[in-house]
Amino acid sequence: MLLIPCPYCGKRNESEFIHGGPVGADRPDPNAVSDAEWVDYLTVAPNPLGPVQERWWHARGCGEWLTIWRDTRTHDIVEAPDGIE
Amino acid sequence: MGSSSRLFSGGRIDRNRPLHFRFNGRVYQGFEGDTLASALLANGVRVTARSFKYHRPRGIVGHGPEEPATLVELEGEDASGNRPATTVVLREGLSARSVNCWPSPGFDLGGVNQVLARFLPAGFYYKTFKWPNWHLFEPSIRKAAGLAAAPASPPASGHFEARHAHADVLVVGAGPAGLKGALESGRAGKRVFLADEGTEAGGSLLNRTLTIGARPAMGWVADAVAELHGMKNVTHLQNATVWAYREHNLLIVNERAPEQDSILERSWRVRAGEVVIATGATERAMVFGGNDRPGVMLASSVQAYVNRWGVAPGKRVALFTNNNSAYAVAADLAAAGIIVTAILDSRENVPPEALELVPDLPVHAATVAAGIFGHKRVRAVLAAPVSGGTPKWIRCDVLAHSGGWNPTVHLWSQSRSSLRYDEGMAAFLPDEAAQTCRAVGAAAGDLTLDQIVEGGADLPYAIEPLWRVDVPVQRGRAFLDIQNDVSVSDVHLALREGYCNVEHVKRYTTGGMGIDQGKTGNINIIGTVAMQQGLALPQVGTTTFRSPYTPVSFGAIGGLREDSVLFPYRHTPVTRWNKSNGAVMYEAGARWRRPGYFPKPGESLQEAVNRECRAVREGVGVYDGSPLGTFELKGRDVSEFLDFIYSNVMSSLKPGDGRYGLMLSDDGLILDDGVAFRLDEHRWMISTSTGHADTVNQHMEKLLQTEYPDWQVMITTVTSQWNNATICGPRAREVMQALGTDIDLSPQAFPFMSLRDGTVAGFPARVVRVSFTGELSYEVNVAPRHMAALWDKVMDAGAPFSILPVGSESNHVLRVEKGFLSLGHEVDGTIDAYDLGMGWVMSKKKPDYLGKRSVMLRRAGSATRRELVGILPEDPNQQIPEGAPLTPGGHRQATEGLVTACVWSVVNRRWVGLALLENGQARHGETAHVRLRDAVIPVTVTEPVFHDPDGPRLRS
Repeated sequence: MLLIPCPYCGKRNESEFIHGGPVGADRPDPNAVSDAEWVDYLTVAPNPLGPVQERWWHARGCGEWLTIWRDTRTHDIVEAPDGIE
Repeated sequence: MGSSSRLFSGGRIDRNRPLHFRFNGRVYQGFEGDTLASALLANGVRVTARSFKYHRPRGIVGHGPEEPATLVELEGEDASGNRPATTVVLREGLSARSVNCWPSPGFDLGGVNQVLARFLPAGFYYKTFKWPNWHLFEPSIRKAAGLAAAPASPPASGHFEARHAHADVLVVGAGPAGLKGALESGRAGKRVFLADEGTEAGGSLLNRTLTIGARPAMGWVADAVAELHGMKNVTHLQNATVWAYREHNLLIVNERAPEQDSILERSWRVRAGEVVIATGATERAMVFGGNDRPGVMLASSVQAYVNRWGVAPGKRVALFTNNNSAYAVAADLAAAGIIVTAILDSRENVPPEALELVPDLPVHAATVAAGIFGHKRVRAVLAAPVSGGTPKWIRCDVLAHSGGWNPTVHLWSQSRSSLRYDEGMAAFLPDEAAQTCRAVGAAAGDLTLDQIVEGGADLPYAIEPLWRVDVPVQRGRAFLDIQNDVSVSDVHLALREGYCNVEHVKRYTTGGMGIDQGKTGNINIIGTVAMQQGLALPQVGTTTFRSPYTPVSFGAIGGLREDSVLFPYRHTPVTRWNKSNGAVMYEAGARWRRPGYFPKPGESLQEAVNRECRAVREGVGVYDGSPLGTFELKGRDVSEFLDFIYSNVMSSLKPGDGRYGLMLSDDGLILDDGVAFRLDEHRWMISTSTGHADTVNQHMEKLLQTEYPDWQVMITTVTSQWNNATICGPRAREVMQALGTDIDLSPQAFPFMSLRDGTVAGFPARVVRVSFTGELSYEVNVAPRHMAALWDKVMDAGAPFSILPVGSESNHVLRVEKGFLSLGHEVDGTIDAYDLGMGWVMSKKKPDYLGKRSVMLRRAGSATRRELVGILPEDPNQQIPEGAPLTPGGHRQATEGLVTACVWSVVNRRWVGLALLENGQARHGETAHVRLRDAVIPVTVTEPVFHDPDGPRLRS
């Protein structure tokens, strides 16, 4: 079980969070992209072997949506939200 | 019963406290301090089990969790299956029996498999899938599969418990290295958590006769334990196995004998700053013909039975080794008066310090065991010179063997830390740590006491690896995995058939997949693969170590988290009234307990529902709508935000007005439906379906916090701040007037889809004109503290109008009559608003909102859509099961839709239904066919509305 750094609550057990998936590209203007680009935006999620930027919702805590960088090989949280070690 | 094998003195047992126990129906006696295994050996019971596949007779091999052969099923109050007899602590009245044999391990009818053995090689099971037909083998395989049965019922008394703990240092194992580590950290003032799987501290020192300084090593252990118990910062548990090493230094401990009698087992989840792995080492078996015969035991285990339990497993013991540790065993046996008939050592040059330990014993260097004489017990061992001289039989009743030592790296590896192969020790040792942990003592390869504790005296360790005996005179099967009956020839077969990777060898042969997880045999399998392929061991590598390290009961993992505790039900303030008025209560989404219907005595479900529905259609009814998800949104950008998350335009609403809307996710699927009301310029209230409230909250918060942080929108969940009684039916207005309100109820002043604040029956209230029933409807929202009183007043004020409470069953009927959609019924992951005939809800004015692009993209394709239709069974009295498929012409072929709902309509006095049907909107008036298993039901396709299609009643 991961120990996830929440900017308000400190390090908390993974069981308090809901995984929000990896952070993909910003939402494009849907009227300015091709069909293929739109489908890519919706369906292609980053899945690296190594650090991945991902979101977690502290649903059973303060309600914060936070973003961390986690190494998928080791589960090391290589970058925590601002202000947290 | 055999003769007693208990030594006259010695051992850490209490001879003044005899214990009686049953094994396979017979009564025996042991002592306090015994395990089931030591007590069986003391009673001369040699055949204790039958093997899994071939039903070969087996005895006790080890003395701890490594035991591969003797699994037992405990009966009575501590019923559980597949417990190694070596880890079952003896108690008065214990009752156990062997697994894998019937009627007894001594006379086992399954033993016929020994004759069939050559037809049951590795991969036999998989091959039955291929040829000639699995069903030919299935009955007998199913009968033979599995070990002990699961207990018939949970324990009659007591419960399981879970606890969380934090520690600066978690020390795993209370042997010499673990105790030393715990003392150092404890003295430094750190919070220490020390857990050990044994019944008492000491680890390997319990089984040996070593000294530290000038006194017995167990004296040092007693001092260490006493000092630890004096430290408030130290938690010390025995009978507590650390079985899993998870991410970020979370380890799980299974404590089996907590101090409180009411607690059966306790599961600790310990988050540790640092982990000290002092798990010791496990002795490897030797691989030679007949190495599974009862009486062939691990040398260190024979030593443990003699020293710790005062039991002589045999009268005449021969040893077979490739390393020094067996010489200390031989010395201990001789000191206990047991005859050592021979020490076979595969090494040509036995180190002199080993020989010095056993000056009077016959040592045969460069000699291996090549066979065992005896079926149900060892009678002699075949000693064969490695160089090929004449073998000879040496008499013995126990053969104690040692193939070397494996540091117990299970937890180390579970932490994802790496291993390296050490040529000198012929073992895999901890290498790079992946988390904050370190291995110490034997787990780190320091196998002798002098390396761990200052003043410890021990025989230096030296080994020449021997992965399997390979001499021409060898007789009998040589087993690598005794529990799963995997022999050397099975591994060779797997390699011949192309399963060359060690992970594939493991799965094909099942070697190492037993309950013991191959603790004594896995490295021999790797060695055998390496020998056969001409590789070095590191090139073959190990299989993956996974949790649990030893078996853990499901009860301990679950703890107190059974259903009602983990997911408590939610109730509204009306629950008590509902129950006392005969409601049938059940869950209706998101753990809310709601009334299903209110039957009168003797009334059926259908009769009760019809009565409630008629009240709403002809008079008035009331239901408790409190569970609906409700959110208040405040801020400058709420209207822009709502326009983005709903498919229709909300921003044009005036304060007091509301609108029905669909929420889509950006992939174009329908996330939820509900209503939004504008309370003020920058203040809104939205409601969601009961079951999707949490999902919608997550959806909105994610958007606002991650993608659109600049938008000023604050969301407050107010589901539990507003309760409501929804009064519905043609006479609802009269009931409202009878209740008394300062709100003008005229349709002009308070029309459909609007909201008014005021007082109702003396309570501050927010009244909303929405309707899920299709009738005139007032949703009277009050604070929860007023809800029960409001409900009573509604029932009183409604009495002259014969008001009835309405349950969720009737709600379902009423919404189907109106063709109102219900998420999960009419909406699945393929349906969009156009399919539902609700294209009007998809704004054409807005250039962008969530889901728009995806819906348009999908509809631009030419795929046939399933569309919402009404269905009327040709026989009006014919009910259709919800979910039934529609097929073209009712033929047995691919479906063209399904029935999403079917109810008895009180206004139409017939069964009516809703369905999703391919091209359904163009097929009104046609006949479609519901295909059941044994019947075809013709139905007429209609508009999906059966009552008040134009809505004057709704808006009245």
